[in-house]
Amino acid sequence: MSEDKSITVDVLVIGGGTAGPMAAIKAKQANPQLRVLLLEKAHVKRSGAISMGMDGLNNAVVPGHATPEQYVREITVANDGIVNQHTLMAYARNSYPMIEELDRWGVKFEKDETGDYAVKKVHHVGTYVLPMPEGHDIKKVLYRQLRKHGVEISNRLVATRLFKDKDGRIAGAAAIDSRTAEFHVVRAKSVILCTGAAGRLGLPASGYLFGTYENPTNAGDGYSMAYHAGAELSGIECFQINPLIKDYNGPSCAYVTGPFGGYTANALGQRFIECDYWSGQMMLEFYNELAGGKGPVFLKLDHLADETLTKIEDILHANERPSRGRFHAGRGTDYRAQAVEMHISEIGLCSGHSASGVWVDEHARTTVPGLYAAGDLACVPHNYMLGAFVYGKLAGEDAARYCAEQQPGEIATADIVAERERVLAPLSRTEGLSPNQVEYKLRRMVNDYLQPPKVTKKMELGLARFAEIAADLQRIVARNPHELMRANEVSFILDCAEMAARASLYRTESRWGLYHYRLDHPERNDTDWFVHVQLHKGEDGAMRCFKRAVEPYIIEVGEHERDAYSRLRIHQHEVAA
Amino acid sequence: MSTAWVSGSLPVSVDADKCIADKGCTICVDVCPLDVLEIDATSGKAVMRYDECWYCLPCEQDCPTGAIHVDIPYLLR
Ligand SMILES: Cc1cc2nc3c(=O)[nH]c(=O)nc-3n(C[C@H](O)[C@H](O)[C@H](O)COP(=O)(O)OP(=O)(O)OC[C@H]3O[C@@H](n4cnc5c(N)ncnc54)[C@H](O)[C@@H]3O)c2cc1C
Ligand code: SF4
Ligand code: SF4
Repeated sequence: MSEDKSITVDVLVIGGGTAGPMAAIKAKQANPQLRVLLLEKAHVKRSGAISMGMDGLNNAVVPGHATPEQYVREITVANDGIVNQHTLMAYARNSYPMIEELDRWGVKFEKDETGDYAVKKVHHVGTYVLPMPEGHDIKKVLYRQLRKHGVEISNRLVATRLFKDKDGRIAGAAAIDSRTAEFHVVRAKSVILCTGAAGRLGLPASGYLFGTYENPTNAGDGYSMAYHAGAELSGIECFQINPLIKDYNGPSCAYVTGPFGGYTANALGQRFIECDYWSGQMMLEFYNELAGGKGPVFLKLDHLADETLTKIEDILHANERPSRGRFHAGRGTDYRAQAVEMHISEIGLCSGHSASGVWVDEHARTTVPGLYAAGDLACVPHNYMLGAFVYGKLAGEDAARYCAEQQPGEIATADIVAERERVLAPLSRTEGLSPNQVEYKLRRMVNDYLQPPKVTKKMELGLARFAEIAADLQRIVARNPHELMRANEVSFILDCAEMAARASLYRTESRWGLYHYRLDHPERNDTDWFVHVQLHKGEDGAMRCFKRAVEPYIIEVGEHERDAYSRLRIHQHEVAA
Repeated sequence: MSTAWVSGSLPVSVDADKCIADKGCTICVDVCPLDVLEIDATSGKAVMRYDECWYCLPCEQDCPTGAIHVDIPYLLR
């Protein structure tokens, strides 16, 4: 066995997509003496969800358009009341200063003639969408700041597990090099997890393993690492499910086209939802329309003026998911003449879009001392890109403070030896299963047993299948370092699948529209279930769920407002009237 | 491990005449988030090694000579 590579830093940031670079920069700004390492599975220059830029900020709280209080109320309602308003408020208050800082750094947002931010209404109640038609350079801007602040960067390292010291404080992480399979040990006083969504959980309808909505580099690594470190996770049963361009499986995108006059329609060309903002309630209406005989569902644009459509194409075909245009061309779809066929995505875990994630407070602290989480994997509902930046900042600053008071923790040699053996095992086998075979089967089972509407018996069967696949992990063969990375990702996906099933079974009611629609518990039950469902690894090593009370609200939500997101459906007699 | 040849259509194609990997360029290999590209040891040109593409386009966008073209993977087309 060759010597392990090892390095000691103060702050280790895992994941260099959106939240990660911000966390690293802010830790360095808070205390330039600290050694801050940004560890990235891909390459920081082009990694993560925003690799090709973004169409816009989905949740900008800009003075004159919205207040933090309004935003907290809207997301409380959109998430059916199950929120920690303190975390939403920390986001909302930091939202505008973050936009201004990104603007100073060179990120381009849409402005009107007077130079004010041109915020648009897409949500059910308030106005929060700030387009960034020229947002493709965002990763370049972040990279420049990383360099400027002297953040150390290691690309092509896949973190696999977190280490703790004997007192239960975070002490570092293990990683493998995806090009050489070298095993690395990083010792750190604090670790910030920024590894994004669990984007490779369900199998896309196309059957292509990497044709996911999320950037498939994000396999749920951080969810699994936080779980094994003993951290609490929350809202895992509140799945991510999105309305997407069928087969292409990317956003179509109603947030861009809505303000121009585009909308979601059924096969008769009728509008059936009042609001295109993605929520579980909206997805349930989408599902009902598909199942109710008036489907499929389309994004309707053909009524718009030619110059408007050209503007839309300039945004949608150059930003975020720029291959959209290529896909439409291949099918002969022209926005001028055809509506875009849409479909329901595979399931995922992502608090950026819904609510499933590692439990954090308003400083991005998890329940493990020294461990932070920010971005899609941290439970701050509907947090999106700006939420990743804001929580990256909060985590970086708090981690810098925490480090000042801490001595480095000791990692037990036995823990390192065991982890090295676990992650490298697939390389030493010559007979067995290939990583992509096991992944395909696992994700097909996720579709078969966990895709809503959820059914108790099916989820129980799913758990039985997942247990069999857990045994198959011991037979996976990796022929090279790349396959070793994939093999380790399969184990992350499996952990996420089990969490998704157990948290869903635990909450015996329906909530969040389609995200947690249980056929055998179809009603919402606030008496028993107005609580967070938490999940963690118990003392005995088994997965355990429990209830956590919802913190008293700091912003009141009126009786009538509370159900606003349950009234999204447009009834045709109303249209006629 | 038992193996079989599988033929199929791959989404990423590289124009070998335009690719300057033999002059030291590795940009597409560096930027790909899924790490599916490689400089082929025999030809000295960039190739797609793993059929695991997110059709996200950094490789095509950042290639200095316009040698790369990404198609939508066949299963999605
Ligand atoms: C197609 C699409 C469109 C979107 N559109 C919008 C929009 O218009 N507006 C908006 O506000 N939001 C949008 N979002 C959401 C927004 O992009 C995300 O919420 C945000 O970027 C998440 O940031 P993150 O840092 O959590 O994850 P990411 O930016 O994805 O970063 C995660 C990083 O972790 C790395 N990583 C993963 N595992 C490991 C590991 N084991 N070791 C080391 N590194 C690892 C990955 O390579 C990646 O770089 C969109 C998302 C997608 C996918
Ligand atoms: S970026 Fe272009 S020129 Fe450079 S190695 Fe890749 S294909 Fe060749
Ligand atoms: S399109 Fe994206 S995933 Fe595919 S090869 Fe290029 S950079 Fe890699």
